[in-house]
Amino acid sequence: MTNRFRTASGGRIDRAAPLSFRFDGQTFSGFKGDTLASALIANGVHLVGRSFKYHRPRGLLSAGSDEPNALVNVARDAARAAPNLRATQVEVYEGLKAESQNRWPSLAFDAGAVNDLASPFLPSGFYYKTFMWPAGAWKRFYEPKIRAMAGLGVAPTLPDPDRYTQNHVHCDVLVVGAGPAGLAAALAAAESGARVILCDEQAELGGSLLSETTATIEGQPAADWLAATLATLAGKDNVTLLPRTTAFGYYPHNLVALAERVTEHLAVPGAGLPRERLWQVRAKEVVLAAGALERPLVFPENDRPGVLLADSGRTYANRYGAKVGERAVIFTACDAGYRTALDLKAAGVTIVAVADLRTEVSGELPARALAAGIDVRPSTVLVGTKGRLRVSSAQFAKARNGEVGPTETIACDTVLMSGGFTPSVHLFSQSRGKLVWDGAAGAYLPGTSVERERSAGSCRGVYGLQRVLEDGYAQGEAAARAAATFTSPARGATPAPATPSRTIPASADDLGTAGFIGATPHGRNPALAKAFVDWQNDVTSKDILLATREGFRSIEHVKRYTTTGMATDQGKTSNMNTLGIVSEALDTPVPKIGLTTFRPPFTPTTFGLFAGAARGDVFDPLRKTAIHDWAAEQGAAFEDVGNWKRALYFPRAGAGGRMEDMHAAVARECKAVRASVGMFDASTLGKIEIVGPDAAEFMNRMYTNAWAKLEPGRLRYGVMLREDGFVMDDGVVGRMASDRFHVTTTTGGAPRVLAHMEDYLQTEWPDLDVWLTSTTEQWSVIAVQGPKAREVIAPLIEGIDLSKEGFPHMCVREGTILGVPTRLFSVSFTGELGFEINVPSAYGRAVWEAVHAAGERFGITPYGTETMHVLRAEKGYIIVGQETDGTATPDDANLGWAVGKAKKDFVGKRSLARAAMSAPDRRQLVGLKTTDPAVVLEEGAQIVADPSAPVPVPMLGFVTSSYHSAVLGRSIALAMVKGGRARIGTKLMVPMPTHAIEVEVVEPVFYDPKGDRLNG
Amino acid sequence: MVESASMTTPLTPANPLHVLAAASRDVAAVRLAALAPAARLVFRGREAAIGPAGEAFGVPLPREACRFNTAGGRFAFWLGPDEWLLLVPNAEAAPLFTAIEAATTGLPHALVDVSERSVGIEVAGEKAAFVLNQGNPLDLSLAAFPIGMCTRTVFHKAEILLVRHAPDVFHLDVWRSFAPYVWELLEDARRELA
Amino acid sequence: MLIITCPWCGARPEVEFRYGGEAHIARPADPSALTDQEWADFLYNRTNPKGLHAERWRHMHGCGRYFNALRDTVSDFFVTTYKAGEPRPDIDGSSGGNP
Ligand SMILES: [Zn+2]
Repeated sequence: MTNRFRTASGGRIDRAAPLSFRFDGQTFSGFKGDTLASALIANGVHLVGRSFKYHRPRGLLSAGSDEPNALVNVARDAARAAPNLRATQVEVYEGLKAESQNRWPSLAFDAGAVNDLASPFLPSGFYYKTFMWPAGAWKRFYEPKIRAMAGLGVAPTLPDPDRYTQNHVHCDVLVVGAGPAGLAAALAAAESGARVILCDEQAELGGSLLSETTATIEGQPAADWLAATLATLAGKDNVTLLPRTTAFGYYPHNLVALAERVTEHLAVPGAGLPRERLWQVRAKEVVLAAGALERPLVFPENDRPGVLLADSGRTYANRYGAKVGERAVIFTACDAGYRTALDLKAAGVTIVAVADLRTEVSGELPARALAAGIDVRPSTVLVGTKGRLRVSSAQFAKARNGEVGPTETIACDTVLMSGGFTPSVHLFSQSRGKLVWDGAAGAYLPGTSVERERSAGSCRGVYGLQRVLEDGYAQGEAAARAAATFTSPARGATPAPATPSRTIPASADDLGTAGFIGATPHGRNPALAKAFVDWQNDVTSKDILLATREGFRSIEHVKRYTTTGMATDQGKTSNMNTLGIVSEALDTPVPKIGLTTFRPPFTPTTFGLFAGAARGDVFDPLRKTAIHDWAAEQGAAFEDVGNWKRALYFPRAGAGGRMEDMHAAVARECKAVRASVGMFDASTLGKIEIVGPDAAEFMNRMYTNAWAKLEPGRLRYGVMLREDGFVMDDGVVGRMASDRFHVTTTTGGAPRVLAHMEDYLQTEWPDLDVWLTSTTEQWSVIAVQGPKAREVIAPLIEGIDLSKEGFPHMCVREGTILGVPTRLFSVSFTGELGFEINVPSAYGRAVWEAVHAAGERFGITPYGTETMHVLRAEKGYIIVGQETDGTATPDDANLGWAVGKAKKDFVGKRSLARAAMSAPDRRQLVGLKTTDPAVVLEEGAQIVADPSAPVPVPMLGFVTSSYHSAVLGRSIALAMVKGGRARIGTKLMVPMPTHAIEVEVVEPVFYDPKGDRLNG
Repeated sequence: MVESASMTTPLTPANPLHVLAAASRDVAAVRLAALAPAARLVFRGREAAIGPAGEAFGVPLPREACRFNTAGGRFAFWLGPDEWLLLVPNAEAAPLFTAIEAATTGLPHALVDVSERSVGIEVAGEKAAFVLNQGNPLDLSLAAFPIGMCTRTVFHKAEILLVRHAPDVFHLDVWRSFAPYVWELLEDARRELA
Repeated sequence: MLIITCPWCGARPEVEFRYGGEAHIARPADPSALTDQEWADFLYNRTNPKGLHAERWRHMHGCGRYFNALRDTVSDFFVTTYKAGEPRPDIDGSSGGNP
């Protein structure tokens, strides 16, 4: 196809750089500098989508990010496919492939268009009213169907191969929007030496200046002034210019999130470059120069392809050299329609007629239109359009005082409408600034600020090129001045708008502030005339009127009931007209109707941008011990424990080369530990060094146990409670010296326990001379467990008497292992003779390998967390967080012995004194033995006395740990059971979906109940 | 107390960044390097102990928040109002430990050897701040984060000690198990740089 | 993401901090002297004001210190921060948090 609708010359496209692209499988040509939208228009293509609900054919409405219709899918390949892009923001590159959405089988013939014929049955609230029954059908049936019909785009199912990065930056002044106000603001701020960031969502900086053909600034054509200004800004070290960068979110304390599309416009993205970059800008001061959005007019069939916003039609002609048609009808409520008429006429478009809603048409632009011979019709409305996939005629009628006269049909191939301009206050509103209604401007304008920001130019209702430039300059200057005296991040009081400090002579067409809000009169049968308010969500004026008739008064309710303004365009084109319609229907002034809240993002933002680098292996820190790689080399299976990777078991090749499964490996590992010796990487245990003259006193207060009499060189099992009396953590504590404790915590509890201790130390007992230091990562911990443990380590250790008498169970000694300093614990979590070798982490693996080699003659067996769990369960040792759930007292968990009864106080003691904390029917730790020893209970299963009791069956407790014990040759389980200790010897039932399992309540120690093996 | 590690050991200390650093690409705009092992001691204490501790260490402990002092290849980093990290590259901790303990006997304090708790990473080059700011939210301009500043902060989801030695030279001290995570994200952040 | 001013380190981003609940609730010197009701009040009952709230924060990924803050629960603004152990500053709470 040729560029039949291209102007002969002009525009900012590079006519020397033609390129080809595909849209819906058809090849088109365009120029460098085109958007997909402008290139399609140059090729005479307006039909770009089907509407959300009625599947009506839709064309381009605008030329900017407010576009509601032209949502396309752009795919570089199957994985790099981005749905829901606005064609007006997609820059064309050689080979670009775009597809329209929401049509089946094709744009021209869409089967879903039957919805349009059925539209009397699709009123507002239709979804709420219809898809309510039967329960569950919404999720299973209605929603998927509606979603498929609604054409919300298709996300690729392949992993996204692109990269996204995030960057924190700080600046003195962030200027959002690089139109005339933003450019002037940036210039003023930059001249003061402030660190300035200027961003704009468009490919080129310049905003409305990019569409100016006749305006002049400081004696130069606007385009020349723009080029010179950008060159000046680019030449300054203190200025960062960010085109293709949307400020999409305004967060507390002047944190503004910018989405930069880095490679989206390139045919071949540069290696290593991210597709998008999230700029998290922390600005001392923000200048919002977001401009204004043109409002459509709400008249019947205003959604037909070929009907566009007037100023967008002008932008296509002036900026892109693309004519929106050959015969244009203008429908306007302000002078913008005349400006478009004049510029399009200059571009070679026939202006058929201008319908002006206003009775009085005066001023310079209408006068020039008349002088140019354009048919200007005051007090005139469009009451409809015709054409199948493109507008072919418009129906004119006189309208005075709501009376609509007879219609006249006039042929055309495009209709350009303008209801005036709405200041873009999205970011201001996001910053929690209060909007105020300005009756004269007919718009909501920024009022009281919350953040340290100020608006400049048309986004605060200042119009006229010179006034906008001067306002921008003044606000930029004031922002830089405020940033220079910035002392704290406290949010700002409303800045008095700076008054212009510099004259920036400029001449351009003055549009004034006239405009229209609401639906224009049409005199047609309201049931059959669809006048669209919200193009993207397919909401008509009729829908909004229906909502008001059904009793909705609050604009927030009307919005949710009709879904107007809730599409991805956030109602950029629809909000004000909705207000106007509700205002008229309820006969209530607009400011009394209220305004819906603007929320981030300003335009849709990719998930990739939010994820940034945090994906795959670096989604979260993946913590490995110093011994991890050894285990990996042995083929260990791993499990996640918090952020740690821990070896779960070490499968070996069995007979025939088949690898053991977990069951077989764990059975072998358990037997090896009980029969000879095993080794286990316990490095992830939390460790805290508690040092200072008051260390023992602090331990006394933090733990239930008594510490004062624990001699240096001894270990003790400690239990920590929260103040509410429930078990929080446990661990073995070594007293290294009178003023030094080596505390261990659970793997997952380490940060929590340290924070808990710091809390009490800093805020309750700052007088105590004691300090806490995390040593979790200082030490690798190698547990050597089993009857042969002493023999394994003996040859490696120096400086420690390892004899039974010299180093009994629950002691700590310092010495060296292979010359490496060690804190050696005689401790067991298996019930066997055991040692835990603490060595500085840098030597963790080397010492591990040395111990492994030394143990080979005993068949030393590395074991993982699963075996550790089985072994400790055989001994009835609890795991905090598995047997306990935050509601267990020490006594509940069989740890009553660890509570220092004589202590006057410790954290949690007072709570334990409450009667309920020692009630006999509390859940208590017990063991369970299934009657059938082969049956392994499910962890978490409920326990009852009589499964056939009437529902609700009283629940007595639940299974907390359950394993097959290879050593015992049967299943074992731990459980928390109401009054459990009194039930020992009785039978209970564990109901399962198909049957109930009989269990006997037993003491929670299944192996070596006397503990003889601990001492070797 | 910690025994002297001066006894020679046949074992080689390991650095969790060894493999990653060896495979790292040379990028002029930002160089990454795993720093040499170091003696690291955490010193905490009451007012009376602070002066003697610094004297024994050979570097006065900085009293200004988020600053470090250095002398003779030794560094004293302010971590908190009563908390310092004393760091000496390529040194043994034990003699330092003994000397400081001797100087602070009877004065309430705590000294803990954390030499192997963390490892150091150097991030240097004209784009160093840009790379760090991809995971760290602080203002790294020289005005806001001058040479001589140090602070605990975050890099993505890891806690780091961030130190500025020169306009383009930063050191990170990272707990061992977080070091590969931090390194990989630093690598990712400089992928777009030549 | 808020900026929170640590009394030691200065203005820092929120991610470095952890919230610590209401401030100025001292643990009773002798908990055993309290009735169950008094103990429950200490443990569980908080003022939950609309407006200025004195609360504890910890500069977790910074100097590690607990400190106190006055924050307006309506506007989410921090009015001031002060060191642990210092009395609550005498600031009127109806400002809406724009100091
Ligand atoms: Zn701090």
